[in-house]
Parts: sequence; C-alpha cells; structure tokens
Amino acid sequence: MADNVKPRVRVPKTASAGEVITIKTLISHQMESGQRKDKEGNVIPRSIINHFSVTFNGAPVIDVEMEPAISTNPYFEFEAKVPESGEFVFRWQDDDGSVYEDKQSIEVS
Amino acid sequence: MKIDRRDVLVSGASAAALGILPWAALAQDAEPAKTLDELIAEFTGGVEATEGEGITLDAPEIAENGNTVPISVEAEGASEILVLAPGNPVLPVATFKFGELAGKRAASTRIRLAQTQDVTAVAKLADGKFVRTAANVKVTIGGCGG
Repeated sequence: MADNVKPRVRVPKTASAGEVITIKTLISHQMESGQRKDKEGNVIPRSIINHFSVTFNGAPVIDVEMEPAISTNPYFEFEAKVPESGEFVFRWQDDDGSVYEDKQSIEVS
Repeated sequence: MKIDRRDVLVSGASAAALGILPWAALAQDAEPAKTLDELIAEFTGGVEATEGEGITLDAPEIAENGNTVPISVEAEGASEILVLAPGNPVLPVATFKFGELAGKRAASTRIRLAQTQDVTAVAKLADGKFVRTAANVKVTIGGCGG
C-alpha cells in the first residue's frame, strides 16, 4: 500500500446539456518505476498505479493503461460530454490491488 | 526503504541523475524489450500506420527534467491512442481509450523520459485505419533547472 495516496479532481459544478467540459485529475503517488536502485544497489520494486478510468452515470469517458513512464503524482486532463445531471466516478488501480476512487456530481441545467 | 527529507535534500541533484541513468544500463539486463516497430505492429495488428495526418502530439522541444515532461495527444475520431517512448527501458508509456462520453479524442499527462528521443503516438481511428506521429524531446539529464 502506497502512503498518502490522495486523489484530486476538478470538475465544473454546473454545465448545460450536451456541453463538453474539461476535467483535470491528479493523484499523489510515488509511481516507483522498478528501474531505480537504492543506496545498497538493490532494485527498488515497481509500485505504480497501472490503470485509470472515468465513467459518467456508468457510461465510459476515458480509460488509461498506465506504465512506469507516467510521472510521479499522475496527472490527466481530458474532456467529457455531459448529456444530463449525474455523477463522474474516477477510479485508479494500484499494482498492489488497491483501488482509489473519487466521485463528483455535476448539475446540468 | 524509507527515504527521509534530509536524504532528499542532500542528494537532490545526484538523485535526479541516478533516477535516470540506471535505466539505460538496466535495459540490457532485462529480457529483450520489444522494439518500437514490434509494439506498434502489436497495437495495429500488423496494419501499416500512416505518418502525420490526423494525429497531433504536443511535447516540449527541450525538457530540462526528464522526470516530468508534459505531453498532449489528440486524434479526431480515434478510439485508442498509444504513446511510446523508444528511448526508455520500458517503451510503452500509456494507452488512452476513449468512451462514448469523451468530449474530444484528446488527453494530456506528464511522463518520464530517460534520454533525448522521439516520443511516438499511434492512434486507432474509427474506420480501422491507424495514424502515427512523433515529437523529438531533448532531455537535459541531471539538469534540474539550475
């Protein structure tokens, strides 16, 4: 289990129906690549978030397969279409099996 | 192993260099990594990807810190975009899959680059065709903005 993993997500509070909005996400995670060595020369084992997905009211928005080349504190910016009021669900999957989740509601007028 | 704050401060610059340099050395020890062409062929199922048109990859020309290089990819009508770093020990960087509610077939993230190289992106378009592009990024190794 990685320490202090904290997802942060920025979604507008409101939008008009069918509007395309920009979403920014950041999650604090060391993303240990498995390529580095410690002071004794031992390889530090890989420990990364390997998958990120976003859905809106259950419909897929984006899905990312992540490799160790993604930087520490993985950041993603992308756009989503919001046909109606509802909830975005953001999920990050860790190598160790942990799943980090965040939810954000949006009001469509 | 726990790295405390002091360690980080003392070895700031050297750690950054160490973080990058062993990558190249290690690449030889590991099982033979797939080449760029092999990975692209795997993604396209052997279909030839056309160069340039229909896909954009934005990356800085010079990245002082290879640990966090901002990139953006966009390909209109793409269902998937694969990003590869041919100069890294592990070539694949990320695969973006766009769902029905994706506003635009585009995404931005930050990646690690071990050395100066042509970052490559390949997109699978709705009509089953593939397009690819590359952007050269010069990485100033160990140059932490000093």
